Amino acid sequence: MVAWSEQERSIIANLFSNLDYEDVGAKALTRCLIVYPWTQRYFGGFGNLYNAEAIKMNPNIAAHGVKILHGLDRALKNMDNIKETYAELSVLHSEKLHVDPDNFKLLSDVLTIVIAAKLGTDFTPEVQATFQKFLAVVVSALGKQYQ
Amino acid sequence: MTSLTARDKTTVKAFWNKISGHGPMIGQDALTRMLAVYPQTKTYFAHWKDQSPTSESAKKHGMTVMGGVADAVTKIDDLSGGLLGLSELHAFTLRVDPSNFKILAHNIMVVMAIMFPVDFTPEVHVAMDKFLAALARALAEKYR
Repeated sequence: MVAWSEQERSIIANLFSNLDYEDVGAKALTRCLIVYPWTQRYFGGFGNLYNAEAIKMNPNIAAHGVKILHGLDRALKNMDNIKETYAELSVLHSEKLHVDPDNFKLLSDVLTIVIAAKLGTDFTPEVQATFQKFLAVVVSALGKQYQ
Repeated sequence: MTSLTARDKTTVKAFWNKISGHGPMIGQDALTRMLAVYPQTKTYFAHWKDQSPTSESAKKHGMTVMGGVADAVTKIDDLSGGLLGLSELHAFTLRVDPSNFKILAHNIMVVMAIMFPVDFTPEVHVAMDKFLAALARALAEKYR
């Protein structure tokens, strides 16, 4: 089980309570598909991904990005039990979606950069460390049920 | 991994032109974040009296490293040749595990996103990511 200080819990709660899911979710997935184009392999049925402009304007991608971001809410609400909380989603990503777990880290890095752009200097080294720790725990939990 | 296209190089140079005045500050902040977010990187700085992320040594080193990145932009057409000295330094003296280049690159880009949220577009991001990866490869070239 991962240990969280009061400070860390507060940072995470604060970050998510002020989060513009529609904006950040769309931007994060869009940016991931542009910066790491091989991740497009999972989005064959999502419409035009031909170039960066098309990806940015693709409403299916935007909507899916928001959905993925809301996936983090489970961790937010169960910080002391993230591994068990994501067991089902882990099986889904492995058995049904067949997502290479290395890709979780890519999206995680891109999300960090999108949030950094959004928060500016409020994204202090301490906030960054806490947020990245949070994402790393989620990423680990998502990869746990792969076999 | 791929090499840099003509568009990558143009994009990197254009973005660098905009931000180069802030180079030292970007370096300082990136190094601070690297030490704070990835504490294992402190193992390379055991010789500093103060290894805390905001120490004078850390800030100074961040500026030094960013100076290297700035230099690399001018040598973008031949990173291996242009960075030969630095490559040998990293291979025979510093021996920084290459995984750390990726860590620092990530933190450099976090700072770029913070300082230039509008200019650090996805297109600039991918070009910069490729450039920093190519730079890391050039630095690790003589490792073995």
